[in-house]
Amino acid sequence: MIDLTVNGAAARVDVDPATPLLYVLRDDLHLHAAKFGCGLGQCGACTVLVDDRPVFSCLMPVGAIGTRKVTTVEGLGTAAKPGDVQRAFLHEQAAQCGYCIPGMMTRAEGLLRKTTTPTEYAMRTAMAPSLCRCGTHMRILRAVRRAAVMRGGGVVDAAEPVT
Amino acid sequence: MSRSGITRTVIWAAIALCVGIVVFAIIAYRPAIAAVTRPDPRLFDAALVARGANLARLGNCVSCHQAAGERPYAGGYPIKTPFGTVYGSNITPDPATGIGEWSPAAFNRAMREGVGRDGSHLYPAFPYTHYANVTDSDLGALYAFLMTRPAVRAVPPANTMIPPLGFRPLLAGWKLLFLRPQPMASDPRQSAAWNRGRYIGETLAHCTACHSPRGLLQQEKRGAEAYDGGWSGGWYAPPINARSPAVRAWTVDRLDAYFRTGLSTAHAAAAGPMGPVTYNLARAAPADVRALATYYAWQMREAPAARVEPPLPDRRASASQRHPVGARLYEGACAVCHEPGAAMMVAGRPVLPLGTPLHEDNPRDTIQIILQGLRPPVSARGPYMPAFADALDDRQVAEIVAYLQVRHGSGPAWKDLEKDVAKAREEGE
Ligand code: FES
Ligand code: FES
Repeated sequence: MIDLTVNGAAARVDVDPATPLLYVLRDDLHLHAAKFGCGLGQCGACTVLVDDRPVFSCLMPVGAIGTRKVTTVEGLGTAAKPGDVQRAFLHEQAAQCGYCIPGMMTRAEGLLRKTTTPTEYAMRTAMAPSLCRCGTHMRILRAVRRAAVMRGGGVVDAAEPVT
Repeated sequence: MSRSGITRTVIWAAIALCVGIVVFAIIAYRPAIAAVTRPDPRLFDAALVARGANLARLGNCVSCHQAAGERPYAGGYPIKTPFGTVYGSNITPDPATGIGEWSPAAFNRAMREGVGRDGSHLYPAFPYTHYANVTDSDLGALYAFLMTRPAVRAVPPANTMIPPLGFRPLLAGWKLLFLRPQPMASDPRQSAAWNRGRYIGETLAHCTACHSPRGLLQQEKRGAEAYDGGWSGGWYAPPINARSPAVRAWTVDRLDAYFRTGLSTAHAAAAGPMGPVTYNLARAAPADVRALATYYAWQMREAPAARVEPPLPDRRASASQRHPVGARLYEGACAVCHEPGAAMMVAGRPVLPLGTPLHEDNPRDTIQIILQGLRPPVSARGPYMPAFADALDDRQVAEIVAYLQVRHGSGPAWKDLEKDVAKAREEGE
């Protein structure tokens, strides 16, 4: 039995400790925001926060989480009451097919929990491990800049202003 | 001693101190070299500039003279030393903040003697001990290359040296001890490629700066200890002489491919600070890279693997038995790429035991690769490995490393792994 805290709620699952967190989230806890893309730590579709840090849940053995808190996009807000990162992504219409977006949003959330005033370079470096097949990167970056402003900060040398 | 005797001793001591200070001042003093108007970039011969560009790539200049996310040659990269942090300087031709006012004579003096245009001594983090033997014509080409870069107005952060090392004249003493250029005559018994490789490797490429151990005053050890392995940015640069711990021979062809692509299929990918080195070598003249490969294959000609390439053990069962926690973590985090038959293996990436880190006498590189992963060294196509610094804690990384060493590595079991993981995080870049 493995005890987890996911989006603030306690969960207990009966799985092998080597099982990737992604499978536990999707198959056992029925949280379907995190996506399976490559299973190799190469695409970022599965990104979730573990103690405020973005990790590839496809390569995260569930037994390694311990007491650390897991946050998925479901933990950032709901459709009725979206969180500010979600609102920023909506506002910028950053999703095309949407497959990469939960990973992008958790990655952005992780960055903004560390600092609400990153540099453009730090922001791009933080977002780089997540890929987008549809090529909506420019909108995604705009959404992250907007979310930083909504958090009371802003990308300090932003390549584009938030309007 | 009588009173007047004490007075006399004090007077003599004071005189000796004054003489000492004067002598030291004479030794340490370097005049400024007059400022010039920034040379018009259009006046430099294009072929000379191209030759300088190649030399700058071979020398990996940009690694220290560019900060992450900033413009090339504008400086700002932090070089951490036991005596403090030195920041790479701006060597773009900006007159105010770069080297735009430097004449060729000022540039050559900086390269060979480690003295700035204004006469101040430069910290040996700038590896001028290597540059004394760079030919005049190559220095001229480098000068032409740098003077034709876009001028960037940028002042790197101030160095943070521990007192009294912020007082630069002291560096004159360091130079007296360690700036001892030996003339480098070409060796007629060796091939032209070997001689060319030695020239590049020992001068501009300054390979020993990372691959040789350093002494108390951070001087590179020479002679028998040259290329015995050293440290760079929290990574270990393994020996590249007869003590190379690689389990496959570094032949000229393999080294050449490694330098040009960032990957040796008989070893592994270039990791850590070696990544940018291969990035630049991949863009340098192929004949020069081949020459470097020729010289360093020769340096490693008596390494164990050059004589016989050992079998690659896979002690899976005993490793799982001794490190069950590490085995489970490996299964969840690593196996999907590294286990025989896994996607990355089918794609032709080298198996784990081929990599040198598991055969080194310390765990640092294995730890850093797990923490930081691999950035594609030469082109976006890879090789790539995700970083696990945020996913795994120190104990978990230590468990995996211990498991891997038993399973694939060689040498006595590494000790204090958890502590070294913490240190690797702190020192790593
Ligand atoms: S599914 Fe995890 S990184 Fe692609
Ligand atoms: S929106 Fe389709 S993958 Fe990013």
